Amino acid sequence: MGSPPVIALRDVALTLRGNAGPVNILSDVRFDVARGETLGLVGPSGSGKSSLLMLMAGLEAATAGRVEVLGQDLTRMGEDALARFRRDHMGVVFQSFHLIPTMTALENVATPLELAGAADAFERAEAELAAVGLAARRGHYPAQLSGGEQQRVALARAVVTRPEILLADEPTGNLDGATGAAIIRLLFELRDRHGATLVMVTHAPDVAERCDRVLNLRDGRIERLAAAAE
Amino acid sequence: MKLPLALRLALRELRGGLAGMRVLVACLALGVAGIAAVGTLRAAIGHGMTREAAAILGGDAEIQFSYRFADADERAWMTARAEAVSEIVDFRSLVATAAGERTLVQVKAVDDGYPLVGTVTLTGGGRLADSLAPRDGLPGLVAEPALVARLGLAPGDRVELGSAAFRLADTLVAAPDALQGGVSIGPRVIVRRADLAGSGLLAEGSMFESSYRLRLAPETDLAALKAEAEARLGDVGLQWRDRTSGPPGIGRFLDRLGAFLVLVGLAGLAVGGIGVASAVRAHMEAKTATIATLKTLGASGGTIFAIYLLETGILALAGTLIGVALGAGVLMAAAPLLADRLPVPADFGLYPVPLGEAALYGLLVALVFALWPLARARDVRAAELFRDVATPRRVWPRPGILGVLALLTAVLVGVAAWRSGVPELALATAGGVAGALAALALAAWGLRRLARRVGRGRLARGRPALRWALGALGGPSGETTAVVLALGLGLSVMAAVGQIDGNLRTLVSRDLPARAPAFFFVDIQKDQLDGFLDRARATEGVSGIETAPMLRGIIAEINGQPAGEGRSHWALNGDRGVTYAAAPPPGTVITAGEWWPEDYAGPPLVSFAAEEGRELGLKLGDTLTLNILGRDIVATVASFREVRFETMGINFLMILDPASVAGAPHTHIATVYATPEAEGPLLRTEAEAYPNVTGIGVREAVGRASEALAQVSAATRWAAAATLLTGIAVLIGAAAAGERARVYEAAILKTLGASRARILASFALRAALAGAAAGLVALAAGAVAGWWVTTAVMDGDFRFQPGTALAIVIGGAGLSLAAGLAFALRPLAGRPAATLRARE
Repeated sequence: MGSPPVIALRDVALTLRGNAGPVNILSDVRFDVARGETLGLVGPSGSGKSSLLMLMAGLEAATAGRVEVLGQDLTRMGEDALARFRRDHMGVVFQSFHLIPTMTALENVATPLELAGAADAFERAEAELAAVGLAARRGHYPAQLSGGEQQRVALARAVVTRPEILLADEPTGNLDGATGAAIIRLLFELRDRHGATLVMVTHAPDVAERCDRVLNLRDGRIERLAAAAE
Repeated sequence: MKLPLALRLALRELRGGLAGMRVLVACLALGVAGIAAVGTLRAAIGHGMTREAAAILGGDAEIQFSYRFADADERAWMTARAEAVSEIVDFRSLVATAAGERTLVQVKAVDDGYPLVGTVTLTGGGRLADSLAPRDGLPGLVAEPALVARLGLAPGDRVELGSAAFRLADTLVAAPDALQGGVSIGPRVIVRRADLAGSGLLAEGSMFESSYRLRLAPETDLAALKAEAEARLGDVGLQWRDRTSGPPGIGRFLDRLGAFLVLVGLAGLAVGGIGVASAVRAHMEAKTATIATLKTLGASGGTIFAIYLLETGILALAGTLIGVALGAGVLMAAAPLLADRLPVPADFGLYPVPLGEAALYGLLVALVFALWPLARARDVRAAELFRDVATPRRVWPRPGILGVLALLTAVLVGVAAWRSGVPELALATAGGVAGALAALALAAWGLRRLARRVGRGRLARGRPALRWALGALGGPSGETTAVVLALGLGLSVMAAVGQIDGNLRTLVSRDLPARAPAFFFVDIQKDQLDGFLDRARATEGVSGIETAPMLRGIIAEINGQPAGEGRSHWALNGDRGVTYAAAPPPGTVITAGEWWPEDYAGPPLVSFAAEEGRELGLKLGDTLTLNILGRDIVATVASFREVRFETMGINFLMILDPASVAGAPHTHIATVYATPEAEGPLLRTEAEAYPNVTGIGVREAVGRASEALAQVSAATRWAAAATLLTGIAVLIGAAAAGERARVYEAAILKTLGASRARILASFALRAALAGAAAGLVALAAGAVAGWWVTTAVMDGDFRFQPGTALAIVIGGAGLSLAAGLAFALRPLAGRPAATLRARE
């Protein structure tokens, strides 16, 4: 790894306050992700995988340590600066798609481009929707789409700005096997096409196997970080 | 078996908390509270007036004559039947100070028996009889404080009525019969009738009313006595009232005003109904998973319907009871304050009937507005419910439900029409509310379509905040419709009241013609006429004088049938001015028939006002029986004339041929056109020469009428404000209900890189746009309602009030914006992770 890491976490901890008192979600997390690398986050439910991804996306604030992405320390940035940073550098895909229910598929995909001030936001969004095979559903609202279609819209929305980093939180968790496989295939295709760094939370061993490295979490700590083949 | 299970499940549902259904409770509580408070006040006044009926009437019964006194036979009849009789004379006159200042007053000339019931309260605390008794050679006069203040008088000062001199003895605090009659045109004074002898007032042909109040034995059958009076004394010149006749004058007016305010309150409750519908709809959507699960487990549509109907019913009952308690409680708390300010007696207390009525309205409105969304859940298949979260399929309730809905609506409108006592107005209100709702629903639909179109158009490109706002407005959520309907209906009531209020306030002064007379002079005796005219013409600034003989007559019959039978027209209410003329007055336009020859001496003929004649269904050759000073004259309609009452010149509904009223005692009326500077000298010169002649200043009369109207307007504005308050509650409810969606939306937008300022701008834009749209529709609905009330009810010309209109649109946008921003704080403040995780 000659070039600096795209993502670098240093002694990161996350403690959330629940009704029953503080809950330690993550502790002593330290790892790097190189440019163009694909990292799979695996581990049992409640091990902190999604929280770790949220930290990397700047959607959650670490209670200790540093989260550096593209050389910027996210823990020192304000809400709006984080939003701008995501707009310019990241695409995020969720298990529950998180499409805006009041917007059509096309509008959902165009939104990040609009935020970036792209004059051709809709043209590019249309092309991206076509790339995920949903050109015909551009005018449909999320509730009028199937789960697989919604996730394809979410994928298109995540990559439409050509982000350097793609973060995916169990993108197939709400989909059946065949649809999930198609989505993963599409995700990797998009990553390959755009050359982004991909960090993905997954439960599926076959998906993890396709990653360059796999980080195994247990009880909020890194249990193992190794090449997928290992 | 089904009901107990449904009830158990409904209670379990309620155990989970009220959540969005708090809006339902709040809306009903607010709407019902307003109606309960107005209804209770109306009942309190009604009871107070009934308790004081005899005192207000001034006796157990009253017989009133216009422009004449009872003759000896009539007096004998009264004396024979009553334990005591008191004679009162009521008329207008000018009071003059020693310094020569004059003003119009309403004179009550009484005898020693006055008041038969109750007591007159004077500032000095003395008895009326003592105050009116002569002292220092002058009889006493008591006056309302307004007159004392206006003329700068002090007790003991000398004043004149006609040519009779009086001593201001005391000021009047309260008279038991003060509520008799309507709004008086000047402050009231009381003198002894005997002291008016030689004043020149009350001469034959003068305009006055004499009343004979009777104190009767407790066992007297009032209905039988009335029948006997009408048979013995009876003609239409007699007016009978007794303590069972209901509230007179202002009491009847307040009862009508109360009824009107209840109707405004009902419009407010309809606004609350939108809140109910929105809350139930949102609740049913939030319960989609539960309903789907219950259906999956085997619950029938009927069971689902029963569960949520019961749940809604329990909450509606709670809201209604809170409203009843709130309305009655607020009124009871305000009772001491109100009792001092009300011009009528009121017995404050808890009256079950108006409270029950308010509760009934609350429950009916809740049912009417909740049934549709409840019925929808019943008829949707479980599979649809599982995926039908964001875009509910339009499902029409089954015909039975629609039938029940129609029946409940009919009952609601029917009860309102029956209880208000003004069914036409109640039906018009119901129609207006339904029309406004339809217009608002159409506007909401149009706004959504427009928002979608513009949101996808070039205008929104590159303006994400605007596009998101338009996307949210045009999107599948029902928030836009709820906001436009609720806020729009509340604003519609405000706009209607604003337009009516604006027109009402300016109607009197605005409709004054450019060349309006300065004075009406009445009671000019025949022998005074020439001198009167000479003096007027000699006064500098007087530009014109019109004069005509003046009699008063009642249209008793039309073609031999009682005039009021099957007809309702102002011309038939009480007595009207009548004149006679040999030749058509200058400028007369005959629209039908012919004027009589100048020397005509045949059977009586009448020329009738064309428009009023048309409204009464009169045609040439019809006969009118006119009762003039107790004498019936049967006149044939010989012609119709164009009469424009709005010119405020001398205009008579009826002109008779001179021979038909020859010999009837009468006076003359004059209108004098003069510059404002000439008004004072004119009044002084005429009143000094002819003390019996009364000059009524048009400017002053208009001012008094405007003051009275302003008070009515104030009461109506308060009621409308209560309606808007309910609208705001619904608005807050809608904003609160949408908060969860906005928190989620903000989290996604933040994830995609939107700044908080941009998200806030989007939320603010959508709220302001929805509010402005609601305001615009409300403006149109309000203008239509205002136009209808001003032209059809008040018979005036409608003028659009731009100031009120602007306030409504800005107010709508502002209110919606405030609610939108208040509920934007949480979505903006939170970190996206927690929100997004919660949805995983």
